[in-house]
Amino acid sequence: MPSFQRAAKEALANTQQRRNLAHATATIRAKRAAVVGEVDRWEELRVAGADAKDEALHHLPHYLEQLETNLTARGATVHWARDADEANRIVLDIVRAKEAQEVVKVKSMATQEIELNERLEEAGIHAWETDLAELIVQLGHDRPSHILVPAIHRNRAEIREIFRREMGSVGRPAPEDLTDEPARLAEAARLHLREKFLRARVAVSGANFAIADTGTLVVVESEGNGRMCLTLPETLISVVGIEKVLPSFEDLGTMLQLLPRSSTGERMNPYTSMWTGVHDGDGPQEVHVVLLDNGRSHVLADELGRQALRCIRCSACLNVCPVYERAGGHAYGSVYPGPIGAILNPQLRGTGSEVDKSLPYASSLCGACFEACPVRIDIPTLLVHLRTQVVDEASGRSPEATSMRAAAWMFGDHRRLEAAQRAATLGGRLLGGRTLRSVPGLGAWTQARDVPTPPRETFRQWWARRRQDDPGGAPGPVRQQDGTSTTTPEEET
Amino acid sequence: MSAREEILSRLRTATRDVTTPAGSRGEIPRIATVGDSPGATLELFAENVADYRATVQRCSPADVGGVVAAALARAAAHTVLVPTGLDPAWVSSLRDSGIRVLADEGEDGGPLRADELDGIDAVVTAARVGIATTGTIVLDHEPDQGRRALTLVPDQHVCVVRADQVVHDVPDAVALLDPSRPLTWISGPSATSDIELDRVEGVHGPRTLDVVLVEP
Repeated sequence: MPSFQRAAKEALANTQQRRNLAHATATIRAKRAAVVGEVDRWEELRVAGADAKDEALHHLPHYLEQLETNLTARGATVHWARDADEANRIVLDIVRAKEAQEVVKVKSMATQEIELNERLEEAGIHAWETDLAELIVQLGHDRPSHILVPAIHRNRAEIREIFRREMGSVGRPAPEDLTDEPARLAEAARLHLREKFLRARVAVSGANFAIADTGTLVVVESEGNGRMCLTLPETLISVVGIEKVLPSFEDLGTMLQLLPRSSTGERMNPYTSMWTGVHDGDGPQEVHVVLLDNGRSHVLADELGRQALRCIRCSACLNVCPVYERAGGHAYGSVYPGPIGAILNPQLRGTGSEVDKSLPYASSLCGACFEACPVRIDIPTLLVHLRTQVVDEASGRSPEATSMRAAAWMFGDHRRLEAAQRAATLGGRLLGGRTLRSVPGLGAWTQARDVPTPPRETFRQWWARRRQDDPGGAPGPVRQQDGTSTTTPEEET
Repeated sequence: MSAREEILSRLRTATRDVTTPAGSRGEIPRIATVGDSPGATLELFAENVADYRATVQRCSPADVGGVVAAALARAAAHTVLVPTGLDPAWVSSLRDSGIRVLADEGEDGGPLRADELDGIDAVVTAARVGIATTGTIVLDHEPDQGRRALTLVPDQHVCVVRADQVVHDVPDAVALLDPSRPLTWISGPSATSDIELDRVEGVHGPRTLDVVLVEP
């Protein structure tokens, strides 16, 4: 993956995507604001949500062992996976043991993170995404661009094209007379997926919450595809990040108020399913839970950074972020885009790659993400914390460090500053109001920013000219009533 | 070292700075709104359920059968599934209105297979809890509600909620529920907002949800 700044530059040229995103984020921001406004004690709820997650994270070994004990007691099988490879192998072994050729999937960030679909396909097992947006992404051979609505970068005409072109090759084709009305597109997905739901023997899900004191797993969704996968197949495999643990069933009283209002801007999402191990005669009779580390223990070790693990994947931070709104999700180079992705990815994966090094800079630090976060993750502070890490790792030879040293030299002496300013105004006169897209030597800075066109004259030049034009009107030292004087900028020199 | 041991050991090392014991955060704050009166809570429940484009009908206990039959007729449902524990009075009034009433029993004597469920138009169930502030009904799949698949595959769900089952806010509901049961929370019919954030009712779950609110 290229750096965020390079990928964002390409995404910015995609006007269709920018229009789709601007419409979507504005809509969802308004909905969220309205339903959050209905809750009188929203701030107290946020604090309670953060406390519940912190309690779990600070004592994660304790709560994971409790979760395992309760799951096992209720007939589930618990597996532990250090990394993506191990998790994929565990899932693959279970699917093979059931002799299944395909699995149906509930939208799950954890399985995207470990690239489970790709691993299953390599082993000859089809993994069908059943969430409408994930289906659009999968059929379009595309990548998700938003946590909650992964196909937000596509509009209805594009979706119709994808359905007509691709559905037939993997199952029931789209109806001949398919239009681009959302209701008709949803109907096409219903027909296409129903045959897969009815015949599937194995399902794979994630979990929004895993309750330690009861062993209950919780999946929050809207369409009913989640209920289909969690109910109809004989075998259910849930891949659960270890940070998904909540200490107590009672904590759901807090979380189920915070999550839907923050994510879709609804008082409650249409469907929430909860299951505790195996329920005799109801739903899957073989239940597996894969507890996934994959970098999370590393994040937990950073006392400041660990709060990123509170994230409940609501995507409120994406919808308020001015950077995400323009760059889109793909530029973040991960299944976790937006402000949360900008802190979570470099922590989970380390800052070795171009994209992970650049992500802490994928922000204007405006702070809107912290205001929106239902579990109070201080994303701006963590971005700065991670920038420090990136700069330290680069041993002070980063472009930013170099330009800062140059700036220190220039500001250190007023003659140098004046010379630089005169040079800049010359540039401004030459440009005549056009925008500067890049400046040689300032590559890293101007890659992601347009440089303001330099003024035709500096303040100092303007001041000097004004005094020349009207010697009587221009103030010398301003005489104060107490007899002291303040100086003009020039006299200070 | 097993994956389990290694992960737990990494996590213990990662949290070495934590000095407080587990569970020391104290009582979990119950942040919920309180209704002005039971009547106001019921009004809010009906309003919020309807806001999700489900229909809400309020009636007396004696009228449940008739109201359910009318809801089924509106959606042109000819075959309806009833769980074993559903109130027999309701079931007989459905039979009286000429609807084909089926039990959860397949050709082989076991419960209905998924493809058999797919051929049935509607399902009628009771509920465990209703939540006013969110317009949610919660099923715990006791015999009067049937197993989870019954309220999922047929295209219409008629759900009968008693007024005394309606609580005001989400934490009130969580406190009443038994986590050892499978639980399904339903707020309106199946819906998606995945296409340009236009809300469309009806994807995979029942496309029609009728809530019958029974008041003494």
